[in-house]
Amino acid sequence: MQVKNENWKPLIVAFCCNWCSYAGADLAGTNRLNYPADVKIIRVPCSCRVNPMFILRAFQRGADGVIVCGCHPGDCHYTSGNYYARRRMTLLFSMLDYLGIEKGRTRVEWVSAAEGQKFAETMNSFVETITSLGENKRLEDLRCKTE
Amino acid sequence: MQDRMIARAKELLADGTVDRVMGWKKGEFLYDATPAVFYSAEELDAGFVMNAFTAANVSKYLIKETKKEGKILAFLKPCDSFSFRQLMNEHRVDRDKVYIVGIPSWGKADMEKIRQKGITGITSIEEREGDFVVNTILRETHVIKKYDVYLEKCKNCKSKEIVVYDELLDGENGAAVTNSRFDEVAKLEAMTPDERFAFWQNELSRCIRCNACRNVCPACTCEKCVFDNPKSGLENKAAATSFEENMFHIIRAFHVAGRCTDCGECSRVCPQHIPLHLLNRKFIKDMNELYGDFQAGEAEQQRHPVTSYRTDDAEPGVIYTRGGTGK
Repeated sequence: MQVKNENWKPLIVAFCCNWCSYAGADLAGTNRLNYPADVKIIRVPCSCRVNPMFILRAFQRGADGVIVCGCHPGDCHYTSGNYYARRRMTLLFSMLDYLGIEKGRTRVEWVSAAEGQKFAETMNSFVETITSLGENKRLEDLRCKTE
Repeated sequence: MQDRMIARAKELLADGTVDRVMGWKKGEFLYDATPAVFYSAEELDAGFVMNAFTAANVSKYLIKETKKEGKILAFLKPCDSFSFRQLMNEHRVDRDKVYIVGIPSWGKADMEKIRQKGITGITSIEEREGDFVVNTILRETHVIKKYDVYLEKCKNCKSKEIVVYDELLDGENGAAVTNSRFDEVAKLEAMTPDERFAFWQNELSRCIRCNACRNVCPACTCEKCVFDNPKSGLENKAAATSFEENMFHIIRAFHVAGRCTDCGECSRVCPQHIPLHLLNRKFIKDMNELYGDFQAGEAEQQRHPVTSYRTDDAEPGVIYTRGGTGK
C-alpha cells in the first residue's frame, strides 16, 4: 500500500518558449496575477527545442507534471518550430498514454506574449490537475532522483 | 535456394563485379546463423547458409561495409530491402558500392517456438508449402505448420516486395501483403490505463538493458548514442523499481519513429522476449491515423511524419479524447 505523504506538494516543470510564453509569464507577473509557486519555469528558445527526452527526464528526476508552452501555431518566431513540436508532443503523449501513464500529467498550451491572464489560468488549472492526480510514481527513477 | 545463391555469388566474384559477399554464416547450431562477409568461393562453400533461421537483417552491416574499398554483394530479403532503402534516404549507405540481389522470403522460423513444441536436436529444416519439415538428431521427422512457428515479424509480414535491387534471384518481385499487424496495439489501446500500465510494467521489468534491440536496429545508426551517457545517473545501475527502464524504451522507439520500417529485429533479438515491436507499431499506427498512411523505406527521398508538418495538424489534446478509457 502506498503511504500518503502529508507534506507533498506538486513539482511542475514548465518549458516556456522565449518569444511568447516566457513573455506571457512575465506579463502575468507584472500584472500581479497569482499562480502557484510549484511551477518551475525553464526557458527554451522555442517549443521545438523541447526534446521528448527532456520531459521523461523531468519525470525521472521527480517532476509530477510537465507542461510545454509555445507560441500559437502560425506565430512561431522561427516560422515553423511549434508545428514540429506539436507533432512530437502528440506522439509522445500518445505513447505515454499507451504505457498507462495518467493522461493529465503532460500538457501543451499555446500562450502568446499578450496572454498573461491565460498563462496564470493555465498554470492554476494544471497545478489543480496534478494535485488531484497525486505524486508521480509511474515515471520516477530512483537511480537519478534528487531530493 | 542456398545453392543458387552460392552459385550466383561465385559468378559475381569471378567476373569481378564484387570482391566480397554479405550473407549468413553457419553457426554452431543450425538455428544460429549470423550475418557474415565472405571473401572467396571456398569460404562460401564452407560457411554460407540460407535456411529458415537466416532471419537477421543485414542492412545495418552495409553502413560499415560501404565505407570500405570495393563493391560488396548483398542478398536482401524484402524486409531488409526496406531498411536498406531507408538508410539510402538518410545517406548512411553508399548505394554504388553494393550489388543487391533480391531474394524472396516466405517467413522465418523462431527457434523458441519450435522448442516449445518439444522438438530439440534439429539437424535440418526444409520448407514446404505451408509447412516446415524438421529432422532431428533422434531420427524423427516433424511436420509443423509454418504459421505456428513464424517469428513475430514474419507472422505479420507487411510486404514481399523488394524495394531496391540490381537483380532478383527469382526474376520476379513480390507485392505488399495484407496484414493485421496493428491488432495487438489496438487491443492494448482498448484496455484501461491501469491495465496497460500493468502490462508494460510486467514486460519492461524483465529488461536487462543489454542494448541488443538498439544494436541490431537498422534505424539506430548514430555513432554516439544518447544512452551512453556517463552523467545520466543511470549507467551501470540496476533498476530499482520494475518500470524504470521505461525511458530507454520510449526514447528508443521515438528516435526511430518515422524511420522504423517495422522489420521486427528488436523483438527477435530480445533475450527477455519483450514485445518491443508493439512500441514501434504504436508510433506507426498513430502516425498513420493522425498524419496519413506512411511506410518508411518504401519510396525514395521521402520526408517522414516527424520531420514534416501541416498547419492543420491535430492538437496534442487529441490524445485526451481518443482511444482508451479512464482519466
